[in-house]
Order: sequence, then structure tokens, then C-alpha cells
Amino acid sequence: MFESLGGRLEDALSKIRGKARLSEADVELALREIRNALLEADVNLLVVRAITDRIREAAVGAMASRSLTPGQQVVKAVNDELINVLGGETFRITYESKPPTVILMAGLQGSGKTTTSAKLARYFKAQGRSPMLVGADLQRPAAVEQLKTLASQIQVPMFSEWTSPIEVAKAGVAEARRIGRDVVIIDTAGRLTVDAELMDEIAAISREVRPKYTFLVIDAMMGQDSVNTAKAFNDVLELDAIVLSKLDGDARGGAALSVKEVVGKPIAFASDGEKLDNFGPFHPDRMASRILGMGDVLTLIEQAERTMDEEVAERGAKKLMEGKFDLEDFLQQLRQVKKMGSLKGMLSMLPGVPKELRDVEIDDAELGKIEAMISSMTKKERSDPSIIDASRRARIAAGSGTTSANVSALIKQFKEMQKMMRSMGIGPASATKRRPKPRPSKKGRKNRR
Amino acid sequence: MSIVLAVVVVVLVVVGGSAFFVLRSKKPKAMEVGTETETKPALKSPAGAPSLEGEEAGSKEPVISRGLDGSLPKSRSLLGSALARMRAKRALGEEFWVELEEALILSDLGLDLSVDLVESVRNKVYKEGVTATDAALEMLREEMIERLDHSNRDLNLGDAPPSVVLFVGVNGVGKTTSIGKLAALLSSEGKKVVVAAGDTFRAAAAEQLEMWAQRSDVQVVKGASGADPASVVFDAISHGAAVGADFVLADTAGRLQNRQNLMDELKKIRRVAEKASGTVTEVLLVLDATTGQNGLLQAQGFAEAASVTGVILTKLDGTAKGGVAFAIEDKLHIPIKFVGLGEGILDLVPFDPKAFVYEITGEVSQ
Ligand SMILES: Nc1nc2c(ncn2[C@@H]2O[C@H](COP(=O)(O)OP(=O)(O)OP(=O)(O)O)[C@@H](O)[C@H]2O)c(=O)[nH]1
Ligand SMILES: [Mg+2]
Repeated sequence: MFESLGGRLEDALSKIRGKARLSEADVELALREIRNALLEADVNLLVVRAITDRIREAAVGAMASRSLTPGQQVVKAVNDELINVLGGETFRITYESKPPTVILMAGLQGSGKTTTSAKLARYFKAQGRSPMLVGADLQRPAAVEQLKTLASQIQVPMFSEWTSPIEVAKAGVAEARRIGRDVVIIDTAGRLTVDAELMDEIAAISREVRPKYTFLVIDAMMGQDSVNTAKAFNDVLELDAIVLSKLDGDARGGAALSVKEVVGKPIAFASDGEKLDNFGPFHPDRMASRILGMGDVLTLIEQAERTMDEEVAERGAKKLMEGKFDLEDFLQQLRQVKKMGSLKGMLSMLPGVPKELRDVEIDDAELGKIEAMISSMTKKERSDPSIIDASRRARIAAGSGTTSANVSALIKQFKEMQKMMRSMGIGPASATKRRPKPRPSKKGRKNRR
Repeated sequence: MSIVLAVVVVVLVVVGGSAFFVLRSKKPKAMEVGTETETKPALKSPAGAPSLEGEEAGSKEPVISRGLDGSLPKSRSLLGSALARMRAKRALGEEFWVELEEALILSDLGLDLSVDLVESVRNKVYKEGVTATDAALEMLREEMIERLDHSNRDLNLGDAPPSVVLFVGVNGVGKTTSIGKLAALLSSEGKKVVVAAGDTFRAAAAEQLEMWAQRSDVQVVKGASGADPASVVFDAISHGAAVGADFVLADTAGRLQNRQNLMDELKKIRRVAEKASGTVTEVLLVLDATTGQNGLLQAQGFAEAASVTGVILTKLDGTAKGGVAFAIEDKLHIPIKFVGLGEGILDLVPFDPKAFVYEITGEVSQ
């Protein structure tokens, strides 16, 4: 979602990048465009001002240093600044030595607290913990019901009762202690920062249960108000971290930058889909590199690791390197890749993908069609598509609910793709240049989760 | 199938495949592997990356709170003080215009529109020889109200009842709540209302709507969890027609406009609703006032999929100004019809352009 911000910054900087001499006016112009890019991405105005001021300072320094490449230095100043704002270490959870570790969730109405609570619980469960959910949102109709349903989906116990949010929170923690759960996640009602009564209430909950962590859930689509919200919650609650929700949208996500800057707390987790496993730790440095157009291969690899079948993926890669990648392999890999998420999303994480390609509309439903067509081919046809004549084509089309033209297109494009792969250096010709295949060792295998 | 697609698949295979190769050989260090050579140093953040304890970080303390004497003003008071400063000024200097533009940006009107509005007022001020800041501010308000003046904000009624209103929008904006409130509003006007639990996806969505229906004593039609939302809506309309309802208000699951399959589902809901025995008279996009510029993309996406006829701007009772709704009306000509001002059943009111503009431009100047 941050890609378009990256693109705009790139444009702003391209004008000064190569300049051997920079005038003050050049710098001001670039700063103006950086300001505009950030504003269009919903970075809060005051944060934008702070960021551009710091960049200006660095740029003036670069100009004074009589460096040979002042343009480059300004570009670097911008990069450093962005990494600085977003950056920092990935947030690490430590657990209370005397369980349970209590986590309090806070946020505006509709920011995604309930779903996020369940996702967190699922995450802790996957880490080998035994989490419990507490439904302290007694305000929104059916909020407790929603949490209960989600809890049963992930098979995590859930506690709530019709008393008061403070009582529920207290009793929830006690219950967790009683049944021996070691992480307690307390979902609370959404509240506005101007609602003094409700802000007092959550402060009281916090005093009562003394959470180890207090997370503020922020919607990635948020505009200028992100700063007010974060500041107000931080004032009454002493936040430990931010959780970003709805990162799978197409918002430019300036709110993340703003909130980070204004409360100085890290973004610990991010949600990028409605499914309960569309969630994970947030890696600031990776996000920064994504903004700066360096891709986010690490996240992609992790996604692959989580969802793909190791053997199959490995076989596919090997076949590719050997230049023996046929439609059969393609089909198998397709099924794998489909599990990883939307193609467009994944594309955005690859480094060096040209802008045109990023912007292409990719309809994931196409994948289904392709799968159907290849599935309707015989083994022989899959390994040697050149034998597919008109009658075979008609049969495949009929079998897959497509047209003959679709089938020819698929075959033609598959050939083109093979050519393209070769020209990209994937295949036998350049195999020697690639990193040597490490032999799968027993040890490595054991360490894999 | 596009060639792009194939390439992407293959590239991913390579990434995935090589990841496994690498991970196998040195799993514990997996985090360092894929970064590849030269990008790594660049990714390292400078020494002073904010630590968990922001306050203790000394010079790394968040700039905003430092810059503004410890307390970050609410946009309201920020605007207030900006306006106070404006008023204090005698002449209409550059600074006035900058502050005006910033006030608009802080309300989420968006950069282009803010610049455009200020530019337009500036020209007028120049032409008419206005010199006082409060007169200029007044002209800005007039300009903004004028731009909002051409819309029909009434709820459209169909010839063949029931009039069907679909509620659409991204997750968590207030669709279900707004239905509850609108049902109450219409009932209080003596209209017979049926609500349709068209969100069969989110956990407990139907229960939530049911509770709202009870509050305003209207009938609710729902399907099983996971049922086809289009048929639930269809059934509700048929039921509405059978019992002589004036309105059927249909909830839908929250969805992000960049999810093509979900937008297709919405298209289908609308298509099927049109086949039922009422008239789809409104498709209301529910928009959260805290939304930034993504609101424009939401409006575009939903308009394309479901021909949005109006906007409900929710959560205006908070500190956010909802300026993106102004941008939506200005650019896409989708009128704001109602605003949400709280979580209570009475907290939905018809949109009032004047009040909205005055909220955005700060308290009335004397
Ligand atoms: N303060 C305030 N809260 C509101 C308003 N409208 C809705 N809410 C709250 O926003 C939250 C989300 O509202 P819902 O009606 O569940 O939103 P939705 O769009 O139906 O959400 P999904 O169905 O999950 O996509 C709830 O806590 C509501 O009480 C409003 O005008 N003001
Ligand atoms: Mg809903």
C-alpha cells in the first residue's frame, strides 16, 4: 500500500538526483514536492512539516559540504529520514514471568479491535502460548457474540459477562489465572478521544488489570486525525505499540508514519486481510524499503514458507534452473502460489518491479481459468504443448469451460514466458552464475518449523 | 491470461524455491538471508531509531509534541488558534493563505482541493478588493457552500414499493449502525421498514443488526451464516413487498474496494436486488469521517461496482472533520445525505452543508 508514496517521492527526487550543483531553489522545490507527496499519502501536516524540516537541515549540510554529488546526498537524506521515521527494531513481545501476560486493546470505533484481538490470540497460539480472549466491549451490539464466534474458530477460550467493562476485564484476568492461560487479550469498546467518560473508563481498566502491553489499533486508511487519536490515547494509557489494521487496502498509509512520529512507539503488528491468519509482526525496515522501492522480499519469503509445500516449491525451482519447467510444473506451482495471497500484493513486495507492472490490474480469478485449462490436458500435452492441435484444443476448452482461443493464448504465452525467463537469466545458460544449491542438510530440516 | 501473470507466478516460484534452499542450509539466520547484498546496510536505521520508551529517548523525542509546547492541539483548537491569528492580522498576507490551506488539509479535503479552493477565493478577494481576513474567510465558506449547493439530498423513493436502500462500504465504517438509526428515523415518520441482514460473512453481523432492529421495532430478514448475501437481500425485498413495507434497508459485509471478487459480489447483490419486486432507489456509501484520501478511491470503487447514489458520513462526533466527503461530492458528484453523530439510535441526521463547512473552517468569526 505504500508503493504509490514511494513512486511520488521518486519523482520528486529524480529532478535533483544527478545535479552537480544544487541551488537553494532546487532544494526548496524538491522539498515542496516531497511535502505534497507525503500529504497526498495522508501523513499528518504537522508531521510532514517536521520531516521536511529535518530533510532541509540535512540538505543544507549537503550543499555546504561542497560534495561532488549534492543531489545524491539529498536523496540519501530523504531515505535516511524515512527509515528513521518508520524504522527501528521489530517489536518483540516478552512474557510476564508470572503469567498471565495481559494485553489491552484500545482504539476508535471500527478500527478493527475485535478482529485484531482474535488474530493476536491466533498468533500467540501459533507461538506455542495458551491465550485467552476477554470481551469487554459491552457497548456495541453483538460485539461479545462476534468475539465468541472468532474465539471458537481458533479454539481459544473466551470470557465475558454482563457486568461492567472494568469488572469483565478483572474477572477475565482472574479466570485466565485460574484455568492456567498465559496470555490474556482484552478487547474493549471503540471510543472517541473526545469522550471523556469512556477515556476515563479505559484508563480505569488499565489501572485495574495493569496490562503488560497496551496496543492501539489504527486503521491504515486514516487521514489527518490519526495524530490526534494516537496522542490522546497515549496520554491516558501509555501505549506500548501500535497495531495497523486494513493494510491490505490501497491507502497510502501515511497514518502509520504520523502515529509513529507523534507517539514514538513502534508499530508492532499489522493486519492485511479479513482472514484470521492475515496478520503478523510488522517489520519497519522492510516497510521502509518497500516505500523506497526496494521491495520486501523477506515478507514474501516468509509467506512462501508459511503456505507453500516445501518439496513442491523446491522441485519447481530446480526444474526452472534446469530449463525443464513445463506446464505440469507450472500447474503445481500455480496451486502453491495461489495459497500465498493475491498476486498483486505479492508483486508489490518484489524489488525492482517496474512501475508499469505494479500498476497492471491482475485478476486473481484468471488463475482459476488457467488451472482449469492445464488440468484438462493430458500428461503428455503438459510436457509437450506443441502436440496440441485443433481437436485437442477443442477438447481442453470444453473440459475447462473456456474457449479454444483461451487455450491457444495460454500455450503461446507459456512459450513466451519460457523465452522471457531465459532472457532474464533463469534457466540452464546462467545456472552457473546462480548461487550453488546447498544440499539439504538434516540439521536444516530439523530447524524448520 | 496475461503474460504478466505467468511471469509473476514463476518469479514467485523462484523466490519460494530459493527461499527453501537457503532456509534449509541456515535456518536460524533466515532473517538475514534474502536481504541480498547491498540493500542491507541501507535498511539499518540510524543509531537513534526510536526505542520503545519514546519519552526517554532525549533528543529523539517525537518532534510534534516538542514543537508545540508539549501538548498536541486537537485539530479543532489548532484551527481555532490559526483562525485567531488570522483575525488578528490586519492585512491579507501570504501567511493567511498558507494557514487557510493548511486548515483545509487538516480536515482531509486533500491537497489538490485545498489548493484549488484557496486559489479561487484568493482571486475573488483580489478582484473585489477585500482586505479583511474575516471577510476573506467568509468568502471561502460561501465558495464551499456554493459547491455543495447543487445536490439532491433527499432519500429517493421508488414508484413500486418497497424502496430498497443498499448500505455499502469498507470494514467498520458504520454500515450496520447507520441502518439501525435510519430504520428508527423512517419508522418515526410512520414508514414501514424491513431490514435485510446481507452481511453473512462477518461473525455476529446478523445478531448485531437484529439488536438494532429490535430497538426500532422493525422486522429483520436474515439467512444462515455464510449464505449467499444476494439471496438474503432478495428474500428480504420479497418479504418487504409481501408485508407492504415502504423501505427495505439492506446491510452488506464490509469490503475493501481493491478486492475485485468482493466487488463482483456486490455487483451481484445489486443486480439480484433489482430483480426483486421493489425498486433499488439508493445505494449509500458509508464513509468514516476519520478516513483520509483513500475515501476518494472508496467512492470510485463502490460507485463503479454498485452505482452509489449518496454518502453517509459517520463518526462526525469525533475530532475528524470528514473533509474527504467534500472532495467526493465535489469531484464525483455523489451527495452526502446523512451524517452520523454518535452511537445512539437518534444520532443520524440529514446532512447540513452549512454546518459542515463551518465545522471545517472553524468556529464562526465575529
Ligand atoms: N462515535 C460514533 N460511532 C459510530 C458511528 N457510527 C457507527 N459507529 C460505531 O462504529 C463501530 C462500527 O460500526 P458498525 O455499524 O459495526 O460498522 P460496519 O460498517 O457495519 O462494520 P462491518 O460490518 O464490520 O464492516 C461501532 O462501534 C459503532 O457503534 C457514529 O456516527 N459515531
Ligand atoms: Mg456491519
